[in-house]
Amino acid sequence: MDKVGLEKHTSKQFDADLEDVREMVLSMGGLVEQQIADAVRALISGEGTLGEDVVQGDTQVNRMEVEIDEECTRILARRAPQAGDLRLIIAIAKTITDLERIGDEAEKIGRMATHLASYDRPKSAFRQIEVLGRHVREMLREALDAFARLDSEAAVRVAQQDEDVDREYEGIVRQGITYMMEDPRTIRHMLDVLWAVKALERIGDHSKNIGEYVVYFVEGKDVRHIGLEALEKEVSQSARRRRDGE
Amino acid sequence: MRTRDLTGDSTQVVRVPTMERPRVNQSTKMSVSDLAVWYGEKQALHGVSLDVYENEVTALIGPSGCGKSTFLRCLNRMNDLVPGVRIEGEVVFEDQNIYASEVDVVELRSHIGMVFQKPNPFPKSIYENIAYAPKILGQVRKRTDMDDLVERSLKRAGLWEEVKDRLDAPGLSLSGGQQQRLCIARAIAVSPSVLLMDEPCSALDPVATATVEQLIDELKENYTIVIVTHNLQQAARVAGYTAFFHLGNIVEFSDTDSLFTHPREKKTEDYITGRYG
Repeated sequence: MDKVGLEKHTSKQFDADLEDVREMVLSMGGLVEQQIADAVRALISGEGTLGEDVVQGDTQVNRMEVEIDEECTRILARRAPQAGDLRLIIAIAKTITDLERIGDEAEKIGRMATHLASYDRPKSAFRQIEVLGRHVREMLREALDAFARLDSEAAVRVAQQDEDVDREYEGIVRQGITYMMEDPRTIRHMLDVLWAVKALERIGDHSKNIGEYVVYFVEGKDVRHIGLEALEKEVSQSARRRRDGE
Repeated sequence: MRTRDLTGDSTQVVRVPTMERPRVNQSTKMSVSDLAVWYGEKQALHGVSLDVYENEVTALIGPSGCGKSTFLRCLNRMNDLVPGVRIEGEVVFEDQNIYASEVDVVELRSHIGMVFQKPNPFPKSIYENIAYAPKILGQVRKRTDMDDLVERSLKRAGLWEEVKDRLDAPGLSLSGGQQQRLCIARAIAVSPSVLLMDEPCSALDPVATATVEQLIDELKENYTIVIVTHNLQQAARVAGYTAFFHLGNIVEFSDTDSLFTHPREKKTEDYITGRYG
């Protein structure tokens, strides 16, 4: 099958409806990305008010999820989409659920940032958190790019990065445990830090899910729970078939 | 065939697959090979092959003029009557090519019944509409047997409860949906094993359509059904298998779930998502 597109329906209004809902997903994704960036900055630099802003900002994320859900329901009811169009709507409905969860994780980090605003932080540990935060944000951006460009190979790269993120997370946890053993007075704060770090790791998982929905939409294959190797194989086979066909 | 051996000498049919077929363990009720049809100079079908699975609903979809109705009508030789028609290829039903010269077409059609787009009851009573064919085919002679057959056929078509008190009323006095179910009852009265339906719901309102679709669902237990429909949703709702026709060829044939969620062919995708033309 050729690469799917969104346009060229006989009904121009249908093209416009799909384009609109896709734009909405991308702008929700942009907002969530900003939430992560702000939350991590608030955590690293101890800006309590910025953490508070992130917590407040989550209502906007939630509102967008509901709006997009409604739009998807409307399209399903009125257009009865088929094949690639149907997969797009299903992929969007799932993607926004993960985006909303990412929003919740960012909110959690924002809240921890507020708690930890007055805490005298160990510099090196927070540097690693900064790296992890940048990494998961990149994953999300790449997943959204893959969605925007209908690029299943880019979606695979998101899944590949998740393993690195998991390793970075483990490293930070180990270091946190060391601090707590050295000085039990840090336990209370370190637990907050580790909650925030866990939230970042979860953002990586959600981004990976979004990548998998892109593969489903573009290739028509459900690649969840099959392992990274099988995922890479599935997508490279399809890509090769498509290139041979061209 | 069941009542009479029409085979003469049974030749081994060599099948050359011309397209990817769904891999299923279903038994094949009818097997079409390289069927080509011309109306005068114009070729309507370009050598298509398709297996019709037993006790399944197979939907034929495609834009107007794609050959799907021509294909359907070839399955019980309804095209024979068209002036200037030329038909090549094989349609095998119960080990017999139905286009073999020794086949009795009337007999054939009692095994492969047809329901048309517009309900077309005879201008006779409801009872007579059902009883007519079994009577002239000599399948039923006793009045009580005929009463049973009429009741059984109307029940199977889901019409009995609505008409049992007025079997003498003209068939044409029924509503459109009822008339179509009467035509289905009439088709099944002669105990066919295959039912061909040419857009059976296109003249019906949504409620009557739903009734007929429910009926199709029930009928597939006992019959093999091939249905031509312009309504893609209908194909998605009723059919286990769907074939997409385009310009006299079958572009794609697969199970309905696959065809409507991830079709293999770009042309199929474009058609079912409304990007055709």
